[in-house]
Amino acid sequence: MSIPVLMPALSPTMTEGKLAKWHVKVGDAVKAGQVICEIETDKATMEVEAVDEGTVAQILIEEGAEGIKVNTPICVLAAEGESVADTAKAAPAAPAPAAETPKAEPRPKAEAPAAPQAPAAPAAAAEPEWTGKTAHMTVREALRDAMAEEMRRDGQVFLMGEEVAQYQGAYKVSQGLLEEFGAKRVIDTPITEHGFAGLGVGAAFGGLKPIVEFMTFNFAMQAMDQIINSAGKTHYMSGGQMTCPIVFRGPNGAAARVAAQHSQCYASWYAHVPGLRVLSPWSAADAKGLLKAAIRDPNPVIFLENEILYGQSFDVPEDPEFVLPIGRAKIERPGKDVTITAFSIMVGKALAAAEELAKQGIDAEVINLRSLRPFDTETIVNSVKKTNRLVSVEEGWAFAGIGSELAAQMMEQAFDWLDAPVKRVHGLDVPLPYAANLEKMALPQPENIVAAAHEVCNR
Amino acid sequence: MAKPAMKPKVETSPAKPTASTKPPGAGDNSVSADQLKSFYRDMLLIRRFEERAGQLYGMGLIGGFCHLYIGQEAVVVGMQSTIKLGDSIITSYRDHGHMLAAGMDPKGVMAELTGRASGYSKGKGGSMHMFSREKHFYGGHGIVGAQVPIGTGLAFAHKYNGNNNVSLTYFGDGSANQGQVYEAMNMAALWKLPVIYVIENNRYGMGTSVERASAVTELYRHGESFGIPGERVDGMDVVAVKAAGEKAVEHARNGGPYILEMQTYRYRGHSMSDPAKYRTKEEVDKYRNERDPIDHVRKLLLDGKMTDEAALKGVDADVRKIINDAAEFAQHSPEPDPSELWTDVLVGA
Repeated sequence: MSIPVLMPALSPTMTEGKLAKWHVKVGDAVKAGQVICEIETDKATMEVEAVDEGTVAQILIEEGAEGIKVNTPICVLAAEGESVADTAKAAPAAPAPAAETPKAEPRPKAEAPAAPQAPAAPAAAAEPEWTGKTAHMTVREALRDAMAEEMRRDGQVFLMGEEVAQYQGAYKVSQGLLEEFGAKRVIDTPITEHGFAGLGVGAAFGGLKPIVEFMTFNFAMQAMDQIINSAGKTHYMSGGQMTCPIVFRGPNGAAARVAAQHSQCYASWYAHVPGLRVLSPWSAADAKGLLKAAIRDPNPVIFLENEILYGQSFDVPEDPEFVLPIGRAKIERPGKDVTITAFSIMVGKALAAAEELAKQGIDAEVINLRSLRPFDTETIVNSVKKTNRLVSVEEGWAFAGIGSELAAQMMEQAFDWLDAPVKRVHGLDVPLPYAANLEKMALPQPENIVAAAHEVCNR
Repeated sequence: MAKPAMKPKVETSPAKPTASTKPPGAGDNSVSADQLKSFYRDMLLIRRFEERAGQLYGMGLIGGFCHLYIGQEAVVVGMQSTIKLGDSIITSYRDHGHMLAAGMDPKGVMAELTGRASGYSKGKGGSMHMFSREKHFYGGHGIVGAQVPIGTGLAFAHKYNGNNNVSLTYFGDGSANQGQVYEAMNMAALWKLPVIYVIENNRYGMGTSVERASAVTELYRHGESFGIPGERVDGMDVVAVKAAGEKAVEHARNGGPYILEMQTYRYRGHSMSDPAKYRTKEEVDKYRNERDPIDHVRKLLLDGKMTDEAALKGVDADVRKIINDAAEFAQHSPEPDPSELWTDVLVGA
């Protein structure tokens, strides 16, 4: 069988090139891997190697010829035991199209089929009513209990991060865990976010269920590549073979007077990425129920806590199987005049604003988003159908923020129900200042929310 | 279809008594004839696979980036002979050789290169992103150096589970200057993790030579500040690779990281579209003609009268058939079903 050698492409965009030089002539024996010629484009020169063994039977393109189209036969090899003369006779004459050459079917380009519709997001499990006994506890205690319960339940779960063990947590969230679970499962790391985030991802690939604590999410920027490229994308890139059951957790957003580098909300950064789940609890019940759900989830979960909330107390169901569904927002305060959405610490501010609005005759419905990816659009749309007005509150910057996404989704899914444009209340478009007065001005306050509600209600 | 005859276990046949008097790699008898033949075949399989991948790329059947392993075959083939079942393997994007050495099916690898449904990642990963849980191959990673903390995490999981397995974590001289590599090395040494860092020093990170990129060019010494032992190995000599690998793997299995700097060379460009202006043709030819790892084993086999030309020709023909079958398969498998666009984003969603 004669073996045609085709003009190769050096890159996906190359369509033609110059045959710069032949290294062999008719009658030469060539081995696989041997350089037979050189081709050139305006960008590069490449040596063409024989893939098969044989004897050069015919050279179809002369040295120096330009504008040779990719996949044109440039020479023919006679396979071992074949006559060179017969092979040359049987070979296609240049530049006739290669009738018997392997057809290089170009990859589909312009006629790319329309992408199928995204499947409807599976409905999040309904949230069971928790009517049993409750305990009053801080968010800090709720997070600790969630981790302790899941670590008792599953030996593959472990906690790693800076100061999580001997120091008991920089914010005392992991208090008592080292004593109960030992140094094998509660691990102090060096201050190397990129390294230990990647190490956690590897441990998850290897079958463990790491909880990786970032002292704050500001430092997780160092680990961004591992979180997004390694944890978030590998399941897809492996065609579903690899899984990465990992929780990245820690305080997110502004604390108090720690200035710009330690005061940023990363919610919209992570919520942007398919392959991640992003949760942001407000109450202690959210914290416990969602963290347990995050640890049990087989996917990478970003769990955005808030330092100021750590010390706040709420009622939490005592049922050890209290686990919240991922993907469900919660109506914290029903109302009929305006919908206010918020997450994390802003839920408290929205509730305070709603109290003030009630005094002024405006009945606000406050929705605690809780899950930013997947996003519970349904609950918000249903609320807007009732109130016809929406105020989005977030601590982070407005541009490309969660509120921007919410506004877009309302345009797409609730346009006919809106009686006013969606209003965003958000952190001002500056790095967060240190001075007490400036810091307060830069972050959303209840009065900003009240003003926004008046604006959309036009009263 | 035949798969590479790579045995996951180290050959236990005793070396001839003379072996101990020779420096590692210098002797042709420190490995058995059978193992040497198996090395020859496995290296040839990678070589022929890569040549064919280059050809399919030239025909427009493989897209995007395609980093060929030609010239470096002795490294993965030698290292693979030193590990046992359950040991994990992870590398960067120049990964086809590692997958074949690990025993992954050439058909599935080639079909992934052509972006077909029967590829290892169902056509969704491509050249740089393939995995096999069955063969404990954890990728195939596209970001320079990212596989090093991940490989260290695999070692962490081995230690946590107490399974006496090790993690073979490969990276190139280009990765050797990445910050996360040193973060990982520090934790590996601190926690005595069973990981072998195999630095494949092919002398160029893309177009930048080691001398122009690393202040200390002895890459095996890059773990010194963490107390990690390291060794420089002739990565063109599979026998030397095996000898050094066995020592490193034993060290890691007993708890603690080890660095092997494999001095190797890639004949092809960094990726397919590489004008190769950063090195001379004479330099490439010198490696090809004088240091080729496959020619080296071939010579050991023939000079040692462990085989003959006819038998090697038979091996060549077998390998060629496997590659032809893989290429055929990869060209005729269907593209992924459009519904695959939306699958595997999340588990259970």
